[in-house]
Amino acid sequence: MRLFGKQIQLQDKRRIDERTKVEKVSTLAFVLLAVSFFAIPLMWLVLAPFDSDPTFRIKWPNWGLGNFSEMAENPYAYRSLMNSAIFSAGSGLAVILVGAPASYVLSRIKFAGRDAFLYILLLFSSIVTGSAAMVPLFLLSLRLNLIDTYQGVVLVLTGGLIPAAIFILKDFTDSIPKSYEESAQIFGASSFRILKDVVTPIIRPGLAVIFVWSFVQAWGNFLAPFILIRDINKQPAAVMMYSFYNDGGQAVFRTVAAFSLIYTIPVLAMYFYVNKKYGFRFYGGIKG
Amino acid sequence: MRNTLSVRTSSRTFKAVLGASLAGALLVSVVPSASAATGSVGGTCVKVGAKAKVGKIKVECKSVSGKKIWTDTKVYNVSISANAILGGKNNQTATWIQNYVIPQFELSNAEKGKQVNVSFTPAGIDDNQFKTQLALDLASKRGPDVMALDGFWVAEFAEAGYIKPLESVVGAKAVNAWEGWKQIPASVQGVMSYGGKNYGVPQGTDGRIIYFNKKLFADAGLPTNWQPKSWAELLTAANTIKTKTPSVMPLQLNAGDGMGEATAMQGFLNLLGGAGSLIYDGKTKKWTGNTKAVRDMLGFYDSVYNKDKVGNSDWQLLAGENGRNESFKAFAEGKLAMIIEGDYLWRGVINPVSGNFKMADRNTNVGFAMIPAQTAKSGVNGQSFMSMSGGSGYALNPNSANKSTAWELLQFINAKEPVSSFMAIGGAVRISQRQDVNTAVLKSDPCLKFVFEKAIPNTFFRPASVNYNAVSVLLQKATTSIVQGKSVAETAAAYETALKDLVGAANVASN
Amino acid sequence: MKSKTMKGSRAARPGNSVLGKGAATAFLSPSLIFIGIFLLIPAFWTLYLGLTDYKLVGIEALNPSFVGIDNFTKALNDPQFLSSLKLTIIYVLGSAIFGQALLGFILAWVLNELSPRIRNIVELIVIFAWIVPGSVVAFLWFAFFNNEEGTLNAILGVNIDWLLDYPMLSIIIFNIWRGTAFSMLLFSAAIASIPKSHIEVARVAGASKMQQLRNIVLPSARSYILTNLLLITLWTFNDFGPYLLTGGGPGGETQILPIFIYDSALRYLDFGYGSAIAAIMLFLNLVISLIVLRMSRKGKK
Repeated sequence: MRLFGKQIQLQDKRRIDERTKVEKVSTLAFVLLAVSFFAIPLMWLVLAPFDSDPTFRIKWPNWGLGNFSEMAENPYAYRSLMNSAIFSAGSGLAVILVGAPASYVLSRIKFAGRDAFLYILLLFSSIVTGSAAMVPLFLLSLRLNLIDTYQGVVLVLTGGLIPAAIFILKDFTDSIPKSYEESAQIFGASSFRILKDVVTPIIRPGLAVIFVWSFVQAWGNFLAPFILIRDINKQPAAVMMYSFYNDGGQAVFRTVAAFSLIYTIPVLAMYFYVNKKYGFRFYGGIKG
Repeated sequence: MRNTLSVRTSSRTFKAVLGASLAGALLVSVVPSASAATGSVGGTCVKVGAKAKVGKIKVECKSVSGKKIWTDTKVYNVSISANAILGGKNNQTATWIQNYVIPQFELSNAEKGKQVNVSFTPAGIDDNQFKTQLALDLASKRGPDVMALDGFWVAEFAEAGYIKPLESVVGAKAVNAWEGWKQIPASVQGVMSYGGKNYGVPQGTDGRIIYFNKKLFADAGLPTNWQPKSWAELLTAANTIKTKTPSVMPLQLNAGDGMGEATAMQGFLNLLGGAGSLIYDGKTKKWTGNTKAVRDMLGFYDSVYNKDKVGNSDWQLLAGENGRNESFKAFAEGKLAMIIEGDYLWRGVINPVSGNFKMADRNTNVGFAMIPAQTAKSGVNGQSFMSMSGGSGYALNPNSANKSTAWELLQFINAKEPVSSFMAIGGAVRISQRQDVNTAVLKSDPCLKFVFEKAIPNTFFRPASVNYNAVSVLLQKATTSIVQGKSVAETAAAYETALKDLVGAANVASN
Repeated sequence: MKSKTMKGSRAARPGNSVLGKGAATAFLSPSLIFIGIFLLIPAFWTLYLGLTDYKLVGIEALNPSFVGIDNFTKALNDPQFLSSLKLTIIYVLGSAIFGQALLGFILAWVLNELSPRIRNIVELIVIFAWIVPGSVVAFLWFAFFNNEEGTLNAILGVNIDWLLDYPMLSIIIFNIWRGTAFSMLLFSAAIASIPKSHIEVARVAGASKMQQLRNIVLPSARSYILTNLLLITLWTFNDFGPYLLTGGGPGGETQILPIFIYDSALRYLDFGYGSAIAAIMLFLNLVISLIVLRMSRKGKK
């Protein structure tokens, strides 16, 4: 019996080994395929900016930095990147300032219809970020004296981002045990102190992730500045991208290619930084 | 102490926009340079600033022997906007406004002792997006004092009360006093008019013709002084090219809603007119529904793209400008024999110096023909040839705080010298609004001469109606359906149903 | 793990927390005021416009009138709207549910077992696709799909005009590329939150990968899956990205609802109709989320 059993075990082991081998190979193949799928379209962004004659074709470039000097001659290109930075950093901060306290409260205090409330906000945000809401957003900003201001764009962008930000941040806060706060409370710390000295440090990675998420969303947003800004010196990169066309309505490839890369680097760098410092993860756990 | 006034105003009031562009050097030759000091009321004003840099030119005035420079101490601020931006979309217009219009207009006012400060609001976005921005501004009683408008937006903006007839903005007397009207033909004035009233001043116009490649025609055994007299002759030529030289694409006739208004202007409006019908009958006040003219027009598309296959269907279906660009590229490279286009093709697209698709042998190898009606004399008004014209212009904001200065600016940009200087930028000669400029400028250009002399006399403008835009889209979509292979009868019927929904069944003509 | 997750310790028992009622109100009220002004007012205003014939130009701009549910009946009889609706559902199912969620899950699952270095590189590339600005992305994908010069045709050795011949498939593939990162990140967190010992026990007990997935991973990741499905269906429903590639064409074949609304608003300046469509979209999102929630309850049992 014993011998027999051992034999079976050996057979099993071989089978398992074979299985893992097949698994390993197919895993590797899958990863390679997935990486190519995601990487190939990005190659244009890596090669075309340095090609003296960029087209849609991905080819080994005729290396040079001429596209960047051509782009630098555009009087609005760099300025628009500065504006994008203002809009995006502003929105990131506003989302945190408005969203973090709200999500903390929503995580720690249970009241009837809390999840429904959050979800309805989320639904409304889908309307406010769509093109149908253009006229209300414009008229609202007009009444609040926000047309042609940085604040106006930041506030409107934040309004659209805040529900999803609260939604994600709340899940994040849910995943943190309450015991820290409770022990601080035992030592007599005030609510504000607990929030500042106990909770904030723990949820900092979550805040960083939401900041980056909001920053990225604002960075690419066209609609809000398009509706609210008229002064060309305040327009962000997302709007200026549309102007890199010549009199004949043709994209000026050299400028577009160089600008695309410079426009992408800041968000990429920000991701690198946050990922290195905190780890870039989302948390999700609504209780259905 | 009065001298300091000039310093203050020159740094603040005449603040120029930063920028650099190719046309700077060119402009200096047009604009009297800094040395051209002019005596003003109590002093002298000069233009100063870097000659080669756009937007660096400022006006400075110095008092002579302590006299007053400004007879009027008020500063008049006016703003002008256009969907044009330095180094980008409509660079020519932006350069002209910033480097010629602004300093020159400010200078001419300074000479009269009037301090005027003109600011330009550039934009470089899609035309529909620009229209939306402008409409939002005007709806909230803001916006620029003088604004560029596409001619076919005038009706919609006028109905919404966003713009008003010039005579109700600045008074009939002031409007009629302008000498410029004599130079602008009534039909061209129509670009910026609605309900018989002028809402602005047009900036020029254009016309549609058939361009053909003489070498490809010769290869196929067709005459190089070709002029078709009917749709059938046009198709015959296309089929000859298809048979004799199969590698050549015979004809580009814009189709599909992806191309937007290009499909109307270069496509179905010419055909509808050639079949004896306008899209909107001003007399009966009815839109053209499922009529014989519409079916014939769609039938011609059907022949080109399905039956005879003498056009490239894919180009018509691509998104946005992509399809049109494909056709430009093919024509410039000598792979397309005929293309129906506006004079923009000649002076812009295939311009051997500055075009997107430079055609080195443009001047020798491109022939022109008028667009024929369906058959001789079958067109509207018994015409045998057709053309469509469009254009844009500048209108005044009825809520402007400085209406009379805005009107002065509008007159200034349509005066002879500024219009000529616009033509001089980048060598982009076009058909202007002014006859005196046209006669001086167009004679040297064979294509513009042809358009001006042959196409413009047969030309039509789009109806000034709020519904035009939406009806046009319906017909654009109908041509998409044809290209995609739907039948003429089915498409025409579907078009009429949608048209009735849009304008009401009572306003649709069908037979 | 660089992130400071408290693995498996979803200990938050929301109840009487350290927050007093007063503090809670103080924390919550600025947010609520902000949400009121910049979210609820424009949202309700838009919904209201859906009940009028307001246009930004023409006579209706001057004198808009209240038309009740006219815009809604018009939509339900508008063949273009109905086809748009169908396309949107295909787009959401294809690119969000079967695309982003499934691919994101598989990636997270597979990467979990690879060395951190490989995992970081793969994640970076997937996330890169997600954070490139939209207007840049359009150029990347024109380069990918282009007929004459496109990368895809060069790789496959064919000559296909993808955006014309397979427009829907093209934008679905595009959106999978664009949005998978979020699902992948969320599911990585889900898998990381499962105590390693649970999986270890199952493996020693001889459970296959599929069994581990079904019996351990999926149940513990349930709430993450739910969050993910709710967010990505909502986002995909409102995704305007394909406009830059196809403009809704050819012949309306990719005119998903956000593009339909954009056309109503910016091409026809018809904000009454556009707003009504936005309201219908809101309702559809609500229905979908209820279905998702219901399915998840069933899954729980």
